[in-house]
Amino acid sequence: MNHKVIIGLEVHVELKTKSKMFCECSAQYYGQKPNSHTCPVCLGLPGALPVPNQQAIEWCVQIGQALNCNIPLFSKFDRKNYFYPDLAKGYQISQYDEPFCLDGYIEVNGKKFGITRVHMEEDTGKLLHDGNSSLIDFNRSGVPLVEIVTEPDFNDAKDVKAYLQKLQQIVRYLDVSDADMEKGQMRLEPNISISLDVNSKVLPKYKVEVKNINSFGFVEKAINYEVERQLGILKTDKLPAQETRGWDERKNATVSQRAKEEANDYRYFPEPDIPPIRWTKEKIAELKAQIPELADEKSLRFQKEFGLSEYDAEIITREIELADYFAEAVKIAKDKTTPKQMANYIINKKININDVLPAKLIEEIVSSRKTEDVNIDELKSIVKKIITDNPKIKEDFAKGKDSVIQFAIGQTMRIINKKIDINIVRKIILEELK
Amino acid sequence: MKLNNLTIKKARQGLKEKQFSSVDLLNACLEQIKSKNLNAFITVCEKEALTQAKQADELIKAGQDLPLLGVPIAAKDIFSTKGVKTTASSKVLENYIPEYDATVITKLKNAGAIIIGKTNCDAWAHGSSGENSDFGPVKNPWNEEYVPGGSSSGSAVSVAANMAIAATGTDTGGSIRLPASFTNTVGLKPTYGRVSRYGIIAMASSLDTIGHFTKTVEDSAIFLSVTAGQDKHDATTPPQTVPDYEKKLTQDVKGLKIGVPKEYFIEGLDKRIKENIEKAIKFYEENGAEIQEISLPHTNDAIACYYIIQPAEVSSNLARYDGIRYGNLRDSFGQEAKRRIMLGTFTLSVGYYDAYYKKAMKVRTLILEDYEKAFQKVDALITPTSPTLPWKLGEKVDDPLAMYLSDVFTVTANIAGIPGLTVPTGFINNLPVGMQILGPHFSEDLLFRMGHFYEQRHDFYKQTPYES
Repeated sequence: MNHKVIIGLEVHVELKTKSKMFCECSAQYYGQKPNSHTCPVCLGLPGALPVPNQQAIEWCVQIGQALNCNIPLFSKFDRKNYFYPDLAKGYQISQYDEPFCLDGYIEVNGKKFGITRVHMEEDTGKLLHDGNSSLIDFNRSGVPLVEIVTEPDFNDAKDVKAYLQKLQQIVRYLDVSDADMEKGQMRLEPNISISLDVNSKVLPKYKVEVKNINSFGFVEKAINYEVERQLGILKTDKLPAQETRGWDERKNATVSQRAKEEANDYRYFPEPDIPPIRWTKEKIAELKAQIPELADEKSLRFQKEFGLSEYDAEIITREIELADYFAEAVKIAKDKTTPKQMANYIINKKININDVLPAKLIEEIVSSRKTEDVNIDELKSIVKKIITDNPKIKEDFAKGKDSVIQFAIGQTMRIINKKIDINIVRKIILEELK
Repeated sequence: MKLNNLTIKKARQGLKEKQFSSVDLLNACLEQIKSKNLNAFITVCEKEALTQAKQADELIKAGQDLPLLGVPIAAKDIFSTKGVKTTASSKVLENYIPEYDATVITKLKNAGAIIIGKTNCDAWAHGSSGENSDFGPVKNPWNEEYVPGGSSSGSAVSVAANMAIAATGTDTGGSIRLPASFTNTVGLKPTYGRVSRYGIIAMASSLDTIGHFTKTVEDSAIFLSVTAGQDKHDATTPPQTVPDYEKKLTQDVKGLKIGVPKEYFIEGLDKRIKENIEKAIKFYEENGAEIQEISLPHTNDAIACYYIIQPAEVSSNLARYDGIRYGNLRDSFGQEAKRRIMLGTFTLSVGYYDAYYKKAMKVRTLILEDYEKAFQKVDALITPTSPTLPWKLGEKVDDPLAMYLSDVFTVTANIAGIPGLTVPTGFINNLPVGMQILGPHFSEDLLFRMGHFYEQRHDFYKQTPYES
């Protein structure tokens, strides 16, 4: 069946600011005693007011800048009104029609994907269900959350996964989030639909949002599952229902969570407790200038400057810690070893950068190449003996089978049992064979 | 003179000179609260206040001098008070005890004030008469058959009836100025953001201002010097410095340009009030001020604009009382709160937002521009505070629209965020009347100067509903 899969993504990233989005409570809530990181503001007590976290806003803008977004000079917060027990105020402070960042893009797998918007909001509390009772932990309430929304530009799970990995890499490079999915610091919600008209420019009349995905592996599985499921429905000339589904890890399937009405009416209106944000061009430029070199750029530079292969450069720059480690090692290595050798060594030996300091690494590389002195006469007698004991060596060599040299070298090295220069061994073998 | 009849200024003087103690002063107030049956208080903090008064006496003895040291002050029951029940006069919060103090309460305490109790008001500050309280209406001490005005009804009455030396209030559409004019007290609605809203139960966040009731304009200036200023807990308080309001009081009014907006002197304005206010305006003219008739052309749209923006914000602000956290279900909301939740929810809904909320915000800009233009021509404006005299209890309870219209002269200041001061201008049929002085943003010092000049030469504040 001819079809086109259409996927857009909403990703939430928790920022690792010291304090929460609108109060002074610590935002580092993971693993803490429930309701120990709370105050009147994040509990939504009567009379409490939000005061925005400057750091969080600037980081949100920088995420947008790293995703090539426009940063409008005017922005504001809005209230998103809905009822849920974990929502202390009965509304979430978010951004509606004038977010911090608009119209960006990202390049993944050689393709360009549109970023619709990047905006700032607050996280909700957490419901814990225990038998017949439900408990609320407000430690997470008010933790800064950045939402990144893409255009429906994705057509398969592979690109989605690559995009998500790239996004995770970017926020980690910016050092604004650990984006650890198991800890809920990065949450993925793909919107998936299928068009049977491959050339159609119009989006299908439905979409299915999938939640509860806490790994890149699951996002691939969930999308592939949804594609099959929706195709199955479309094949019977029916339209899949517009709904929110959840990924069920045990069933390896998505399951319906709730049917979505036409569109939720969140009754957005400008948050009156927070004055609008007005940027100067200078400030936007300053924030942009603070953005560190990101992975793609760094990889290109490493290829150009250090002669790394694209493959090696990509691996070395995958995580900023490793890239920084590598750069540091290059700096102190001088002419003891080449960056290329260093990259190979790091990749092949799977060096743990937390255990081996750069200086130590260089030492290791150098010593791995070091050869011991050898007594030429001793070497000659060993080689002679090997050739005598293995007449086939001479025969094969005469027939032009050069590989036999490798065998002779191996035999020699085994007997001598020392780290000696292979080139010398090769020279002596060749001499003896002539 | 009874101690509870004193002003802040006089009380501080007496305390400093050790003519009486803070405990004496407090007891006089407490006695008055007990002897009058006006339903002005929801909670009287007798024990806590006595402890505070004793501490104040110690500090006075030690030579401490703070602007409100030892002075009993009442707080509207929507100001969060740590450890003291704060109900917003709604059954929904019947048993709610805050774990923190509103910034204004902290500032008052730091200035030495004694919080004598929490005053009754229209529930959630929704109302113009004080009758919307879930704990019964407040009565006007000048005639107990009449309303004292609202929503800060109990605070106005606590000051008018000499139960407290001063009281806090909130003004979202006239909730300080209207009851002040109905009770012969001085009521200040400061510039939006001048006084922190932190810890005060929100009604309509973009309109809420935090002010107070005092017996004199001078007291109002002393009070604002304590409460005003930027607060790190309220992002809408600008870093504007706080002037020494008291020092700037005594200038005369010569050469001041005072505007009289013609849209406020129209049909529907009680003729006797009109005469009363015109007389006050004349007084300023006689003392060297230049009077100009001006126009605020969008005045007529103000109530409609207000009754879209305000319920919209109310509907969102009341969402947190969802029946899960504060012990009472949502059916504990009274009629007026329900009405505003419905109105606001409707106007914010998809398909209606543009037609109502967005349009109202545009009108809001026009009203602000009206004032900006006016203040290019004149320094301040004088208007009546209310088009009518206080009405009888029960008279308008079944007619919400008539009730809404009683704020017609006060809401525009909230929409524009400008300050307004109500000063007593006499009595009609033994019921108080007040004038409203409006000025540009952050012109409270000018309003005090004008009010004080008038008050010094009229002394209406010296009249009290009971024996002095």
